Amino acid sequence: MENPEHRWHDMGGDAAGPVPMDSHDFAIWEKRVDALVILGQQRGHFTVDGLRRALEDMGEQAFESMTYYERWVAALNQNLVEAGVYSLEELGAKMEQIKARGDTYGAVQS
Amino acid sequence: MTYTVGTSVRIKAMSPLGHIRTPHYLRGKTGIVERVLGPFKNPEQLAYMVPAPTRTLYRVRFEMGHIWPDAEAPQDTLDAEIYEHWIDQDAT
Repeated sequence: MENPEHRWHDMGGDAAGPVPMDSHDFAIWEKRVDALVILGQQRGHFTVDGLRRALEDMGEQAFESMTYYERWVAALNQNLVEAGVYSLEELGAKMEQIKARGDTYGAVQS
Repeated sequence: MTYTVGTSVRIKAMSPLGHIRTPHYLRGKTGIVERVLGPFKNPEQLAYMVPAPTRTLYRVRFEMGHIWPDAEAPQDTLDAEIYEHWIDQDAT
């Protein structure tokens, strides 16, 4: 179990290694996640604190295995479900609907 | 309890499970109130979308040598923003 006195995300004082200095390019889906995070807060569905809480609760494994915006979209999803914006049933149906469009759908946008 | 600039304070050593805003390395440590930042809604409640009354936020200054025994420059200082409910007056 995670140590409550020093949770994994509370990294102050840990060895950090070098800072990557390369620049980043963002896929359209990542920009959409960013926009949804701003809109969801403007609508009062969640707070930045709620996003951080969800990120922390994902655990260290998620930090190592998921990209930055993959973690954001997971935190966003958790907060929107908790706020009742949509149900998991609706999310699952929508994901199936989009999957049916095929692997190349949206490729030109990314 | 309100604290004025220059007051010596001790950060509570508690570790409640959940979203908290006090780094582990400052819990139980003593510092000096550097400034009073004013009232802010408590992020530890905002994180769960429950009513979040305001709490006074303080900027507290710590000596690096007090936080990290092997600090390269122990006389350097670190400022951290700490909510009032994490602060006790330093009795020592």
